[in-house]
Amino acid sequence: MTGPVAALLDGGLRLHLQHGPIDLIIGADPAPGGSRQQAFEAAADRFGTILDELVAELPLLRCAVGPSSPRPAGAIAQRMDAAVRRLPTCFVTPMAAVAGAVADAVLAAMLAAVPLGRAYVNNGGDIALHLAPGQVFTLAMAGLDQGELGRIAVASADRIGGIATSGQGGRSLSLGIAGSVTVLAADAATADAAATLVANAVDLPDHPGIRRIPARVRQPDSDLGDRPVVTHVGPLTSGEIHAALRAGAVLAEDYRAAGLIAGAALSLRGTTLVVGSAGQIEIRKVEHA
Amino acid sequence: MAERREMRPEKIRCDACPVLCYIADGMSGACDRYANHAGELVRLDPLTIIETAEAKGVKAVPFMKGAEWDGDILATSRPVITAIGAGTTYPDYKPAPFIVSQPIDGVDMVTVVTEGIFSYCGVKVKIDTDRHIGDERAIVRVDGEPIGHVMTSEYGSKMLSLGGVEHLTGGSKAEGRVTCDALLRLCNCEAVEMTIDDGVTLVVQAGKAPIINGETERLMRVGCGSAAIGMFAAQWVGHVDEVVVVDDHITGVLSEHQAGKMLDVPPTGIRVKGRRSTPGRYFQVAEPGTGWGGTNITDPLTILRETDAKVAWPGLRLFMVSTTGEQFGYYELDDALRPVEKPAPEAVRLSAERIAENCEPSVCSVLFMGGAGGSLRAGVTENPVRLTQSVKAALARVTCGGAEAYVWPGGGITVMADVLGMPTNAFGYVPTPALVAPIEFTMTMKDYAALGGHMKSVRPIDSVMTDAVRRVGRKP
Repeated sequence: MTGPVAALLDGGLRLHLQHGPIDLIIGADPAPGGSRQQAFEAAADRFGTILDELVAELPLLRCAVGPSSPRPAGAIAQRMDAAVRRLPTCFVTPMAAVAGAVADAVLAAMLAAVPLGRAYVNNGGDIALHLAPGQVFTLAMAGLDQGELGRIAVASADRIGGIATSGQGGRSLSLGIAGSVTVLAADAATADAAATLVANAVDLPDHPGIRRIPARVRQPDSDLGDRPVVTHVGPLTSGEIHAALRAGAVLAEDYRAAGLIAGAALSLRGTTLVVGSAGQIEIRKVEHA
Repeated sequence: MAERREMRPEKIRCDACPVLCYIADGMSGACDRYANHAGELVRLDPLTIIETAEAKGVKAVPFMKGAEWDGDILATSRPVITAIGAGTTYPDYKPAPFIVSQPIDGVDMVTVVTEGIFSYCGVKVKIDTDRHIGDERAIVRVDGEPIGHVMTSEYGSKMLSLGGVEHLTGGSKAEGRVTCDALLRLCNCEAVEMTIDDGVTLVVQAGKAPIINGETERLMRVGCGSAAIGMFAAQWVGHVDEVVVVDDHITGVLSEHQAGKMLDVPPTGIRVKGRRSTPGRYFQVAEPGTGWGGTNITDPLTILRETDAKVAWPGLRLFMVSTTGEQFGYYELDDALRPVEKPAPEAVRLSAERIAENCEPSVCSVLFMGGAGGSLRAGVTENPVRLTQSVKAALARVTCGGAEAYVWPGGGITVMADVLGMPTNAFGYVPTPALVAPIEFTMTMKDYAALGGHMKSVRPIDSVMTDAVRRVGRKP
C-alpha cells in the first residue's frame, strides 16, 4: 500500500500532496513573520493522516444524511457532515463535501502555523482560499471545450473561503448534465457540496438524448448506489439548455437567498447562467473552434 | 440497459491505498491511478523512463530505493521521459499531467508528457511472407467481428490495416470492443489470432514470425523468382542445365532469363505455365496459396507444360526451388523427356541452403497509427494549432513511448510508431472504446513558451523522477 507523497513544484513555489485519490496543489504567500517553508511543512504534516481518518468512517460517510442519521466522529468527517446538512435537498451523502473539507482542513493547518497573505489549497478543482485584508485572487473558469468561460475575482472583503466546481468534466459521477457548476461560499466544504447538488439539479429528466447508468455499475462502491448517473449527453436545443440551467439556478438561488452560498456560475454547452455574486463572476463570450 | 450488459462481472479490490476501492473491469478507482484490466490491478500513472544509455535488455526494471540506482540516472545518461503512465486529463483544458523540463546542452528542454485517448487509431501490420493470406480488401476478423482488412502486398510481405474509427465506434458495440481489444494486444506485443475471409487463419505478434494456418513462417524470400535467378545463376551453371525458381509473383527460368543468357546457358525446352512477362519471367504460374513460393502448389512439376522435344534432351538436369530455398527438387529427364526426381547433388543442395541463408527471418511488424486531436493538443498548449505548427516546423520532436514517431504531412498530428520500440504494456484503453497511447512532444523551453505552453506546469525532471517511476532500458 502506498503512503502519502509530497513534491515541490515550480522550484518550491507550490506544493503537491497526494495520497490515494486526494491530490492537492497548494500555494502560499507568506505574510511578514511567516515563511512559505513553514506553511508547506504544516500542510504536509496535517496531510499525513487525512486519508486514514476518512477511511476509518467511510461506510458512514457514504450513507445519505437525514434528520436522525448518525454523526461521524473525525474532524474532517464532521465538517463534511455539517456542510451537507446545511443544504436542503432530498438526497445527499457527506461524500459530496469530501474534497472541499480536506482542502479546508489543510488550509486551516497552514494558517494555524504561519501568518499568510494569500493561500490556497486546490483539491482537484475544489479550492479552499485564504485572503488577508486587502488581498485579491483571480481564477479562470474553463469550459469542457477548453475555452475560458470567464474569470472570478475574489477580494478579501467578499469573505469567500471556498470555490468549488462540479459537473460532467469532473472525476466524480454526476446525476445531472451540467458541464460545470462553480460555487463561491464561505468555505470549501460548503462550496463543494453545493456545487455537487446544483450540478445534479441541472438536468432534463426523461430526455431521450441523455444516457444514464446506475452509479454502482460504473463505481461499485459509489455513495450514489443505484441512482442513475449521466454517461452521455446527446444534442440539446438552446431551449433545452436554458431549461436545464434554470432548474439548477433555482436551487442555487435558494441556497444564495438562505445565505448558504455567495454565488454560482452554471455552464452547459457554451451557455452560462450566473446566480448572485454581481461583480465577482465575469463571464466572457467564448469563441468556439 | 446496454451498458450494463457490456460490463464484465469481475470486480477487484484495489489495495493500493486505504480507500480499498472496489473496481469494475475496465474502470479505474477513485484516484484514476489504478484500474481493473481484465481482473488484474494495473497501475496507470507511474512515469516510465527510458534510459538513453546503451542499457542492455529490454525488460522493465523497477526503480527501487537503494544505493545502486539512487541519483545516478541523470549523471549516467539523459533519460527520455515517456508518457506511459502519465495519465491523461479529460477534458483537456487542464495542463497535461506531467510537463517535464530538463536541461539539454544548456538549453532548457521541455517534454510534454501525456497519454492520449485515440479514437482515431489503429495499426498497420506488415507480415513477412509470400504465402497468400487473402485477397486485397478481404475482411480480417477476430472472434468473428470485422477489425480491418488486407491491404497491399509489399516486397516479400503482406500488409493489414486493422482498427480505425470505423471499426472502433462506427460499427456494432461488439465490433468496437473486439477491435479495441485486438489493437491493445497487438500494440502491447501480444499474439492475436485472426481469420481472413476466404483466406487463412493467422497469428500475429509484433517481432515474432507469423503463424499461418497453424504453421510458423520461417523465412522471408530472398527476392522474387527472377531476382533469385539473377543472384544465384553463376552458382548453378555447370551443376544443372535448367533452374526454375517458383514464385507466386514472378517465377524465374534460368535458360530464358537475361542472367542465363549472359552465362551462355543454352535453351532447354523446359516450359512453365503462366503468362510470360519478359524473357525468363512468368506471372501466375499457379494460384496463390501457402505452398511453394506463395503459390498453392506442393508438387512443382505441376507448373511445367510438356517439354519441347525439339530442344530438350534425355538426362537434362532440372533444379526447381522456392524463393526461400525451403523447398526444392532435383530432376533428370528420362528418355521420354519426362522429369524424374533424383537425389540432389551436393552443389545443388548447397545452393538451396545458400538461398535460405540469404533470406531474412520472417517477422510481423506492428506500427501504431493515431491522430492527436485538438483536445490532446490542448493539454500541451493553450493554443492547440501552434503545437501542430511547431511539429511541422520540426521544432517539436514527437515520440510515442520513447519510440521515434513518423509524423504524416498534411493537417493534424497523425503519427506512426513501431510498438517494439516502446516499453511493455505501453498501451491502455478506455471503454469508449479507444486506445490510450503514450505520446510525447519535446522542444526547447523557448519554443514551448512561444507556442503558448503551460509554462507554470513545467516541472524539473528531478521532481518526477520519484521512486514510483518505472525505468526501462532503451531497446536496441
